[in-house]
Amino acid sequence: MAEFIQHVINGISLGSVYALIAIGYSMVYGILQLINFAHGEVVMLSSVFGFYVAPYFLAHMDPSIGLFLVVLTVAMVGCGIVGFLIERLAYRPLRKAPRINCLITAIGVSLFIQYFTQLDFVFGAIPQSYPELMSREVYFTIAGAEVSNLQVLVLGLSFVLMVALQWIVYRTKLGKAMRAVSENTEVSALLGIPVDRVISFTFILGSVLAAAAGTLVSTMYPKVDALMGTLLGLKAFVAAVLGGIGSIPGAVLGGLVMGMAEEFTVGYLSSSFRDAIAFAILIVVLLVRPSGLLGKSRIEKV
Amino acid sequence: MMRVGRDVFIITLFTLVLGFVFSDWVGPYEQTILALCGINIILAVSLNLVNGFTGQFSLGHAGFMAVGAYTSAALTTLYISPEYVSGGVISHLVFVVALLVGGVSAGIVGFLVGVPSLRLRGDYLAIVTLGFGEIIRVIILNIEAIGGARGIGGIPGLTNLYWVVGVCIVSTLALHRLLKSIPGQQFMAVRDDETATLAMGLSTTRIKVRSFVFSSFLAGVAGALFAHYYQYLNPSTFTFNYSFQIVAMVVLGGMGSLSGSILSAVGLTVLLEGLRELQTITQLDLRMVLYSLILIVVMLTRPRGLLGRKEIWEYLPVSLRKGVKKSS
Repeated sequence: MAEFIQHVINGISLGSVYALIAIGYSMVYGILQLINFAHGEVVMLSSVFGFYVAPYFLAHMDPSIGLFLVVLTVAMVGCGIVGFLIERLAYRPLRKAPRINCLITAIGVSLFIQYFTQLDFVFGAIPQSYPELMSREVYFTIAGAEVSNLQVLVLGLSFVLMVALQWIVYRTKLGKAMRAVSENTEVSALLGIPVDRVISFTFILGSVLAAAAGTLVSTMYPKVDALMGTLLGLKAFVAAVLGGIGSIPGAVLGGLVMGMAEEFTVGYLSSSFRDAIAFAILIVVLLVRPSGLLGKSRIEKV
Repeated sequence: MMRVGRDVFIITLFTLVLGFVFSDWVGPYEQTILALCGINIILAVSLNLVNGFTGQFSLGHAGFMAVGAYTSAALTTLYISPEYVSGGVISHLVFVVALLVGGVSAGIVGFLVGVPSLRLRGDYLAIVTLGFGEIIRVIILNIEAIGGARGIGGIPGLTNLYWVVGVCIVSTLALHRLLKSIPGQQFMAVRDDETATLAMGLSTTRIKVRSFVFSSFLAGVAGALFAHYYQYLNPSTFTFNYSFQIVAMVVLGGMGSLSGSILSAVGLTVLLEGLRELQTITQLDLRMVLYSLILIVVMLTRPRGLLGRKEIWEYLPVSLRKGVKKSS
């Protein structure tokens, strides 16, 4: 029983990271109908930023929650800029192009970031260990299962960020504009909503959440690797599809389900299926319920 | 019948001449590049059938290539005694069988993958094919009989440049003719307007699956050639990166242009090899960086690729074109 609860706890903390990334996919898809393949690379870049920045702060501070928050802020700012630039340079010129061209560009951007980061003078192809921002300790135990302070941090931070996001999307004018643009871009433009600016903002918002996810992942599993973004991104994408792409609560639910599924697969089956389970889930979802758990099914008009 | 006879004559002539030139007048390093060019041409034109002519975006081509490579290699290495593949006429007959087995097995896998996933469109199809490509690789990785992660070695080196040139010409010509036929026109009908095609009473799913199976078949044949050229296979060859390179060739050449795919397959393969030398000088692996940059720049500046949907001779002046038509 203790083992089961432990898996549940691990699954939830992994799942909330997926949820943070999945929200970014979901928001962009909701607005542009584009799978932003480069989103996973933003997560990776967040860890790379942390890797370069943390030593400067470590010289003055001890590992603590404060240090974590400082590094997190830097990573968020950096990734926000990256997200903005990706949209501005690669996607905006293609606003009127067929969707398949946007998809190809997105794949191109993703691989470009990935391989550019692998260059020796940027980061290198060899995985490095991430500096310790917080020392891991057991916080409390539930029925024999250990909950570490990092897991509490992951859950707490994800919760705060999701509440903040919910507030932005449903309680601010910008959020209203975002929802309007995702409903109908042309009519929004007619009504005087600055569509391009709203789209930029969506990318920044998604990238900031991705930055949080990247820093959390690297704090939990202290490794930075130029290739880590692809798999994280793909799994989070599956989570977004599972929850219903375009829906933020769906992304959160999908993320949690994905995290649990992965944790149980590793715990009870075999760790070699760890990555295959994501694709298996994706294929089943797309065949059985393509609109996802919480998504609205739309009928394509001719 | 006249036409078939003429085709066979032309194919044989070209194969013998080009094969002879390539294998006797060219150095061994250049030969390797040429062989890779030929294999990549087959992969690019076959992927173009799905991505360009049928309008379904697939990202898992390397997976089907892997199926063909592994089944054919397993056949010639594990099931046939070495004396039949050590040279001579018999070994070439065996190789024909191996190529077909590779192609057919990839075609079967293509059918199994295509039937469920081709119901999806656009981005979802891309992701699912990517997923299937990875799953195929993971499955191969876990089969011990064909070497698992260690890879399979000792494959008889049956592929020579005659074979590469021959298969390349046959498959390109077959695709060219196919696209002129009624089933080929149906592929393009699905691409141009799926709803209208449905309204004409055609089963678009069946058309898409047909295109997918044929494309996988050719990828499998290319894989078989690949296996018997390098004589060693490793699952890590057939990752998403390889699929992506083939996609880049198709996109750069123009989705819907066979000659464009051929040109860009040759161009990118040679470029990739050229950059290998650059890599030894600069100590930096710039190859994939450039690949992805090319893809982005092409999409931003010339979204239809170099040749768009036209073949290269359609760009010739009309007076010249007539001459070409008459002679072909």
